[in-house]
Amino acid sequence: MAEFTLPTNSKVKIGDTYKAPSGAKRIKNFKIYRWDPDKGGNPRLDTYEIDMDDCAPMVLDALIKIKNEVDTTLTFRRSCREGICGSCSMNIDGTNTLACLKPIDDVDGDVHIYPLPHMPVIKDLVPDLSVPYAQLASVEPWLKTETPPSPIRERLQSPDERAKLDGLWECILCFCCTTSCPSYWWNGDRYLGPAVLLQAYRWIADSRDEYAGERLDALEDPFRLYRCHTIMNCTKTCPKNLNPAKAIAEIKKLMVMRQ
Amino acid sequence: MSAERRPLSPHLQIYKPQLTSVLSISHRVTGVGLAAGTLLLTWWLLAAASGPEAFATAQGFLGSWFGYLILFGFSYALMYHLCNGVRHLFWDAGRGFELPTVYKSGWAVVIGSAALTVIAWAIALASA
Repeated sequence: MAEFTLPTNSKVKIGDTYKAPSGAKRIKNFKIYRWDPDKGGNPRLDTYEIDMDDCAPMVLDALIKIKNEVDTTLTFRRSCREGICGSCSMNIDGTNTLACLKPIDDVDGDVHIYPLPHMPVIKDLVPDLSVPYAQLASVEPWLKTETPPSPIRERLQSPDERAKLDGLWECILCFCCTTSCPSYWWNGDRYLGPAVLLQAYRWIADSRDEYAGERLDALEDPFRLYRCHTIMNCTKTCPKNLNPAKAIAEIKKLMVMRQ
Repeated sequence: MSAERRPLSPHLQIYKPQLTSVLSISHRVTGVGLAAGTLLLTWWLLAAASGPEAFATAQGFLGSWFGYLILFGFSYALMYHLCNGVRHLFWDAGRGFELPTVYKSGWAVVIGSAALTVIAWAIALASA
Protein backbone atom coordinates (compact mmCIF):
# COMPACT_ATOMS: atom_id res chain seq x y z
CA MET A 1 0.00 0.00 0.00
CA ALA A 2 1.03 3.53 -0.65
CA GLU A 3 2.44 5.17 2.48
CA PHE A 4 3.50 8.71 1.74
CA THR A 5 5.32 9.44 5.00
CA LEU A 6 8.20 7.69 6.70
CA PRO A 7 7.65 5.48 9.78
CA THR A 8 8.49 7.23 13.07
CA ASN A 9 11.80 5.39 13.47
CA SER A 10 12.88 6.41 9.95
CA LYS A 11 12.37 10.18 10.07
CA VAL A 12 15.66 11.94 9.36
CA LYS A 13 17.00 14.29 12.04
CA ILE A 14 19.59 17.02 11.61
CA GLY A 15 23.04 15.67 12.43
CA ASP A 16 26.58 16.90 13.02
CA THR A 17 28.63 19.32 10.93
CA TYR A 18 32.26 18.63 10.10
CA LYS A 19 34.02 21.91 9.24
CA ALA A 20 36.42 22.25 6.33
CA PRO A 21 40.09 22.81 7.20
CA SER A 22 40.94 26.49 7.65
CA GLY A 23 42.18 28.10 4.47
CA ALA A 24 39.81 26.13 2.23
CA LYS A 25 38.53 28.46 -0.50
CA ARG A 26 36.08 26.43 -2.56
CA ILE A 27 33.84 24.68 -0.04
CA LYS A 28 30.98 22.37 -1.00
CA ASN A 29 28.60 20.92 1.58
CA PHE A 30 27.91 17.19 1.45
CA LYS A 31 24.76 16.31 3.39
CA ILE A 32 24.86 12.58 3.95
CA TYR A 33 22.32 10.16 5.44
CA ARG A 34 23.69 8.36 8.48
CA TRP A 35 22.30 5.49 10.52
CA ASP A 36 24.26 3.20 12.80
CA PRO A 37 22.61 -0.11 13.80
CA ASP A 38 24.78 -0.30 16.93
CA LYS A 39 23.60 3.07 18.20
CA GLY A 40 20.00 2.75 16.97
CA GLY A 41 17.81 5.84 17.19
CA ASN A 42 16.70 7.82 14.16
CA PRO A 43 18.73 8.41 11.03
CA ARG A 44 20.39 11.82 10.75
CA LEU A 45 21.78 14.03 8.01
CA ASP A 46 25.44 14.91 8.68
CA THR A 47 27.07 17.84 6.90
CA TYR A 48 30.65 17.55 5.64
CA GLU A 49 32.35 20.68 4.34
CA ILE A 50 34.75 19.61 1.60
CA ASP A 51 37.44 21.73 -0.03
CA MET A 52 36.83 21.24 -3.75
CA ASP A 53 40.41 22.32 -4.55
CA ASP A 54 41.56 19.20 -2.72
CA CYS A 55 39.04 16.63 -4.00
CA ALA A 56 38.79 14.47 -7.14
CA PRO A 57 35.79 15.14 -9.45
CA MET A 58 33.22 12.41 -8.74
CA VAL A 59 30.81 12.09 -5.81
CA LEU A 60 32.43 8.74 -4.96
CA ASP A 61 35.79 10.52 -4.70
CA ALA A 62 34.29 12.86 -2.11
CA LEU A 63 32.81 9.93 -0.15
CA ILE A 64 36.17 8.13 -0.12
CA LYS A 65 37.89 11.37 0.93
CA ILE A 66 35.45 11.77 3.83
CA LYS A 67 35.98 8.16 4.90
CA ASN A 68 39.77 8.46 4.66
CA GLU A 69 40.27 11.90 6.16
CA VAL A 70 37.22 13.07 8.11
CA ASP A 71 35.00 10.29 9.44
CA THR A 72 36.06 6.64 9.12
CA THR A 73 32.66 5.43 10.29
CA LEU A 74 30.92 6.52 7.06
CA THR A 75 29.72 3.33 5.38
CA PHE A 76 28.95 2.79 1.69
CA ARG A 77 29.40 0.14 -1.01
CA ARG A 78 31.91 0.71 -3.78
CA SER A 79 34.24 -1.35 -5.88
CA CYS A 80 35.19 -0.61 -9.49
CA ARG A 81 34.83 3.22 -9.47
CA GLU A 82 34.03 3.17 -13.20
CA GLY A 83 30.34 2.28 -13.59
CA ILE A 84 30.79 -1.45 -14.17
CA CYS A 85 30.13 -3.11 -10.83
CA GLY A 86 26.94 -1.31 -9.77
CA SER A 87 27.94 -1.20 -6.10
CA CYS A 88 27.86 2.53 -5.38
CA SER A 89 24.23 3.10 -6.45
CA MET A 90 22.60 5.71 -4.21
CA ASN A 91 20.33 8.75 -4.31
CA ILE A 92 22.37 11.84 -5.15
CA ASP A 93 20.75 15.26 -5.55
CA GLY A 94 17.27 13.69 -5.68
CA THR A 95 17.82 11.00 -8.31
CA ASN A 96 19.33 7.54 -8.21
CA THR A 97 22.69 7.06 -9.87
CA LEU A 98 26.16 5.62 -9.40
CA ALA A 99 28.36 7.82 -7.19
CA CYS A 100 31.38 6.95 -9.35
CA LEU A 101 29.74 8.30 -12.52
CA LYS A 102 28.21 11.43 -10.98
CA PRO A 103 30.40 14.56 -11.28
CA ILE A 104 30.20 16.76 -8.19
CA ASP A 105 29.99 19.81 -10.47
CA ASP A 106 26.68 18.51 -11.85
CA VAL A 107 25.06 19.34 -8.51
CA ASP A 108 24.06 22.94 -7.84
CA GLY A 109 24.45 23.90 -4.18
CA ASP A 110 24.70 21.28 -1.44
CA VAL A 111 25.13 17.63 -2.41
CA HIS A 112 22.42 15.56 -0.72
CA ILE A 113 23.21 11.85 -0.55
CA TYR A 114 20.75 9.18 0.63
CA PRO A 115 20.60 5.40 0.30
CA LEU A 116 18.48 3.97 -2.56
CA PRO A 117 14.88 5.04 -1.76
CA HIS A 118 12.27 3.00 0.14
CA MET A 119 14.63 0.21 1.23
CA PRO A 120 15.51 -1.07 4.71
CA VAL A 121 18.83 0.50 5.71
CA ILE A 122 21.61 -1.78 7.00
CA LYS A 123 23.98 1.11 7.76
CA ASP A 124 24.40 4.66 6.37
CA LEU A 125 24.27 4.41 2.55
CA VAL A 126 23.99 0.60 2.47
CA PRO A 127 20.46 -0.64 1.76
CA ASP A 128 19.23 -4.20 2.20
CA LEU A 129 18.72 -5.55 -1.33
CA SER A 130 17.66 -9.08 -0.30
CA VAL A 131 14.15 -8.70 -1.74
CA PRO A 132 15.17 -7.52 -5.24
CA TYR A 133 17.88 -10.21 -5.32
CA ALA A 134 15.28 -12.87 -4.44
CA GLN A 135 13.00 -11.42 -7.12
CA LEU A 136 15.86 -11.67 -9.63
CA ALA A 137 16.36 -15.34 -8.71
CA SER A 138 12.61 -15.92 -9.19
CA VAL A 139 12.81 -15.10 -12.93
CA GLU A 140 15.56 -17.75 -13.34
CA PRO A 141 18.02 -15.50 -15.17
CA TRP A 142 19.93 -18.20 -17.02
CA LEU A 143 19.66 -20.07 -20.32
CA LYS A 144 17.00 -22.80 -20.14
CA THR A 145 16.71 -25.38 -22.93
CA GLU A 146 15.07 -28.72 -23.80
CA THR A 147 17.23 -29.68 -26.77
CA PRO A 148 20.68 -31.01 -25.87
CA PRO A 149 23.62 -28.85 -26.93
CA SER A 150 25.62 -29.85 -29.98
CA PRO A 151 28.78 -31.73 -29.00
CA ILE A 152 30.86 -29.88 -31.61
CA ARG A 153 29.81 -26.23 -31.35
CA GLU A 154 28.06 -23.59 -29.26
CA ARG A 155 24.37 -22.75 -29.56
CA LEU A 156 24.53 -20.45 -32.56
CA GLN A 157 22.75 -17.13 -32.94
CA SER A 158 22.42 -14.92 -36.04
CA PRO A 159 23.73 -11.33 -35.78
CA ASP A 160 20.09 -10.14 -35.86
CA GLU A 161 19.12 -12.46 -33.00
CA ARG A 162 22.14 -11.33 -31.03
CA ALA A 163 21.27 -7.66 -31.66
CA LYS A 164 17.98 -8.18 -29.80
CA LEU A 165 19.97 -8.53 -26.57
CA ASP A 166 21.68 -5.17 -26.90
CA GLY A 167 20.39 -2.75 -24.29
CA LEU A 168 19.51 -5.71 -22.05
CA TRP A 169 22.74 -7.55 -21.26
CA GLU A 170 24.51 -4.33 -20.19
CA CYS A 171 22.45 -4.08 -16.97
CA ILE A 172 24.75 -4.17 -13.93
CA LEU A 173 21.97 -4.74 -11.38
CA CYS A 174 22.61 -1.57 -9.39
CA PHE A 175 18.81 -1.31 -8.78
CA CYS A 176 18.78 2.46 -9.37
CA CYS A 177 15.73 1.95 -11.60
CA THR A 178 13.83 -0.39 -9.29
CA THR A 179 14.21 1.95 -6.30
CA SER A 180 13.23 5.02 -8.39
CA CYS A 181 9.85 3.48 -9.22
CA PRO A 182 6.90 4.72 -7.10
CA SER A 183 5.02 1.57 -8.06
CA TYR A 184 7.86 -0.48 -6.56
CA TRP A 185 7.81 1.72 -3.45
CA TRP A 186 4.13 0.93 -2.82
CA ASN A 187 4.08 -2.71 -4.03
CA GLY A 188 7.70 -3.87 -3.87
CA ASP A 189 6.73 -7.06 -2.07
CA ARG A 190 4.77 -8.32 -5.08
CA TYR A 191 5.78 -6.17 -8.09
CA LEU A 192 9.10 -7.36 -9.57
CA GLY A 193 10.32 -3.87 -10.50
CA PRO A 194 12.09 -2.61 -13.63
CA ALA A 195 15.56 -4.16 -13.13
CA VAL A 196 14.22 -7.69 -12.63
CA LEU A 197 11.69 -7.35 -15.48
CA LEU A 198 14.46 -6.15 -17.81
CA GLN A 199 16.41 -9.28 -16.85
CA ALA A 200 13.31 -11.43 -17.42
CA TYR A 201 12.97 -9.94 -20.91
CA ARG A 202 16.68 -10.47 -21.57
CA TRP A 203 16.02 -14.25 -21.45
CA ILE A 204 12.61 -14.12 -23.15
CA ALA A 205 14.25 -12.25 -26.06
CA ASP A 206 17.16 -14.70 -26.32
CA SER A 207 16.76 -16.89 -29.43
CA ARG A 208 18.66 -19.75 -27.74
CA ASP A 209 16.32 -19.91 -24.74
CA GLU A 210 13.47 -22.42 -25.09
CA TYR A 211 11.37 -21.43 -22.10
CA ALA A 212 9.88 -18.12 -23.26
CA GLY A 213 6.32 -19.46 -22.83
CA GLU A 214 6.92 -20.62 -19.26
CA ARG A 215 8.71 -17.35 -18.48
CA LEU A 216 5.68 -15.38 -19.72
CA ASP A 217 3.35 -17.66 -17.70
CA ALA A 218 5.31 -16.81 -14.56
CA LEU A 219 4.96 -13.07 -15.23
CA GLU A 220 1.23 -13.17 -16.12
CA ASP A 221 0.09 -11.65 -12.85
CA PRO A 222 -1.60 -8.39 -11.82
CA PHE A 223 1.33 -7.51 -9.56
CA ARG A 224 4.54 -9.12 -10.82
CA LEU A 225 4.33 -7.43 -14.25
CA TYR A 226 1.28 -5.21 -14.43
CA ARG A 227 2.09 -2.85 -11.54
CA CYS A 228 4.20 -1.06 -14.18
CA HIS A 229 2.18 2.05 -15.06
CA THR A 230 4.77 3.48 -17.47
CA ILE A 231 5.85 6.18 -15.03
CA MET A 232 9.29 6.07 -16.73
CA ASN A 233 11.37 7.06 -13.68
CA CYS A 234 13.36 3.86 -14.36
CA THR A 235 14.52 4.87 -17.84
CA LYS A 236 15.10 8.43 -16.68
CA THR A 237 17.42 7.38 -13.88
CA CYS A 238 19.37 4.42 -15.38
CA PRO A 239 23.11 5.27 -15.06
CA LYS A 240 23.85 2.92 -17.99
CA ASN A 241 21.26 4.64 -20.22
CA LEU A 242 19.26 1.44 -20.64
CA ASN A 243 15.49 1.39 -21.10
CA PRO A 244 13.72 -0.87 -18.58
CA ALA A 245 10.33 0.71 -19.40
CA LYS A 246 10.72 -0.35 -23.03
CA ALA A 247 11.67 -3.91 -22.00
CA ILE A 248 8.56 -4.12 -19.78
CA ALA A 249 6.41 -2.84 -22.68
CA GLU A 250 7.84 -5.59 -24.91
CA ILE A 251 6.85 -8.20 -22.32
CA LYS A 252 3.31 -6.74 -22.16
CA LYS A 253 3.12 -6.85 -25.96
CA LEU A 254 4.18 -10.51 -26.02
CA MET A 255 1.46 -11.25 -23.46
CA VAL A 256 -1.16 -9.83 -25.83
CA MET A 257 0.29 -11.31 -29.00
CA ARG A 258 0.38 -14.89 -27.70
CA GLN A 259 -3.35 -14.91 -26.88
CA MET B 1 20.02 -5.14 15.63
CA SER B 2 17.11 -7.11 14.21
CA ALA B 3 16.10 -6.50 10.63
CA GLU B 4 12.64 -5.25 11.64
CA ARG B 5 14.13 -2.28 13.46
CA ARG B 6 15.92 -1.06 10.37
CA PRO B 7 14.78 2.36 9.19
CA LEU B 8 13.16 2.76 5.77
CA SER B 9 15.19 5.01 3.49
CA PRO B 10 13.47 8.25 2.39
CA HIS B 11 11.55 8.08 -0.91
CA LEU B 12 8.86 10.64 -1.89
CA GLN B 13 10.44 13.08 0.58
CA ILE B 14 13.73 13.25 -1.32
CA TYR B 15 13.12 12.05 -4.89
CA LYS B 16 13.24 14.98 -7.30
CA PRO B 17 9.94 15.57 -9.10
CA GLN B 18 10.48 15.24 -12.85
CA LEU B 19 8.31 15.30 -15.96
CA THR B 20 8.04 11.49 -16.04
CA SER B 21 6.60 11.07 -12.56
CA VAL B 22 4.65 14.35 -12.43
CA LEU B 23 2.71 13.60 -15.64
CA SER B 24 2.06 10.06 -14.42
CA ILE B 25 0.55 11.11 -11.09
CA SER B 26 -1.37 13.88 -12.90
CA HIS B 27 -2.92 11.21 -15.12
CA ARG B 28 -4.21 9.44 -12.04
CA VAL B 29 -5.37 12.62 -10.32
CA THR B 30 -7.26 13.79 -13.43
CA GLY B 31 -8.78 10.29 -13.69
CA VAL B 32 -10.18 10.65 -10.17
CA GLY B 33 -11.29 14.20 -11.04
CA LEU B 34 -13.16 12.90 -14.09
CA ALA B 35 -15.08 10.44 -11.92
CA ALA B 36 -16.13 13.31 -9.64
CA GLY B 37 -16.96 15.48 -12.66
CA THR B 38 -19.12 12.73 -14.14
CA LEU B 39 -21.14 12.68 -10.91
CA LEU B 40 -21.64 16.43 -11.31
CA LEU B 41 -22.78 15.93 -14.90
CA THR B 42 -25.21 13.22 -13.75
CA TRP B 43 -26.61 15.59 -11.10
CA TRP B 44 -27.12 18.24 -13.79
CA LEU B 45 -28.92 15.76 -16.10
CA LEU B 46 -31.07 14.43 -13.22
CA ALA B 47 -31.97 18.02 -12.32
CA ALA B 48 -32.97 18.66 -15.93
CA ALA B 49 -35.20 15.57 -15.85
CA SER B 50 -36.74 16.44 -12.46
CA GLY B 51 -38.25 19.76 -13.44
CA PRO B 52 -37.67 23.49 -13.85
CA GLU B 53 -37.01 24.22 -10.17
CA ALA B 54 -34.30 21.57 -9.71
CA PHE B 55 -32.76 22.55 -13.02
CA ALA B 56 -32.66 26.21 -12.01
CA THR B 57 -30.80 25.25 -8.80
CA ALA B 58 -28.23 23.17 -10.69
CA GLN B 59 -27.88 25.80 -13.38
CA GLY B 60 -27.53 28.53 -10.75
CA PHE B 61 -24.68 26.67 -9.04
CA LEU B 62 -22.86 25.76 -12.24
CA GLY B 63 -23.33 29.30 -13.59
CA SER B 64 -21.72 30.88 -10.51
CA TRP B 65 -18.01 31.72 -10.52
CA PHE B 66 -17.34 28.69 -8.33
CA GLY B 67 -19.29 26.48 -10.72
CA TYR B 68 -17.28 27.84 -13.62
CA LEU B 69 -14.07 27.11 -11.75
CA ILE B 70 -15.14 23.48 -11.22
CA LEU B 71 -16.24 23.15 -14.85
CA PHE B 72 -12.93 24.60 -16.01
CA GLY B 73 -11.02 22.08 -13.90
CA PHE B 74 -13.28 19.28 -15.14
CA SER B 75 -12.69 20.25 -18.77
CA TYR B 76 -8.92 20.50 -18.27
CA ALA B 77 -8.88 17.12 -16.54
CA LEU B 78 -10.76 15.68 -19.52
CA MET B 79 -8.37 17.16 -22.08
CA TYR B 80 -5.28 16.15 -20.11
CA HIS B 81 -6.50 12.60 -19.50
CA LEU B 82 -7.43 12.33 -23.18
CA CYS B 83 -4.06 13.57 -24.49
CA ASN B 84 -2.02 11.53 -22.03
CA GLY B 85 -4.27 8.54 -22.73
CA VAL B 86 -3.27 8.76 -26.39
CA ARG B 87 0.36 8.85 -25.22
CA HIS B 88 -0.31 5.65 -23.27
CA LEU B 89 -1.81 4.03 -26.39
CA PHE B 90 1.47 4.62 -28.24
CA TRP B 91 3.37 3.12 -25.30
CA ASP B 92 1.06 0.10 -25.28
CA ALA B 93 2.05 -0.41 -28.92
CA GLY B 94 5.69 -0.35 -27.79
CA ARG B 95 6.45 3.03 -29.36
CA GLY B 96 7.87 6.31 -28.03
CA PHE B 97 10.01 4.92 -25.21
CA GLU B 98 13.24 6.73 -26.04
CA LEU B 99 13.88 9.37 -23.38
CA PRO B 100 13.95 12.39 -25.76
CA THR B 101 10.63 11.17 -27.26
CA VAL B 102 9.15 10.73 -23.78
CA TYR B 103 10.00 14.35 -22.98
CA LYS B 104 8.69 15.64 -26.31
CA SER B 105 5.41 13.75 -26.02
CA GLY B 106 5.14 14.82 -22.38
CA TRP B 107 5.43 18.51 -23.15
CA ALA B 108 3.10 18.02 -26.13
CA VAL B 109 0.47 16.66 -23.71
CA VAL B 110 0.91 19.62 -21.34
CA ILE B 111 0.67 22.22 -24.09
CA GLY B 112 -1.94 20.34 -26.15
CA SER B 113 -4.32 19.81 -23.23
CA ALA B 114 -4.07 23.48 -22.20
CA ALA B 115 -4.71 24.60 -25.81
CA LEU B 116 -7.70 22.23 -26.20
CA THR B 117 -9.21 23.52 -22.95
CA VAL B 118 -8.84 27.15 -24.02
CA ILE B 119 -10.32 26.40 -27.46
CA ALA B 120 -13.26 24.50 -25.94
CA TRP B 121 -14.02 27.41 -23.57
CA ALA B 122 -13.59 29.99 -26.32
CA ILE B 123 -16.16 28.14 -28.42
CA ALA B 124 -18.50 27.62 -25.45
CA LEU B 125 -18.36 31.26 -24.27
CA ALA B 126 -18.68 32.62 -27.81
CA SER B 127 -21.83 30.61 -28.43
CA ALA B 128 -23.32 31.31 -24.97
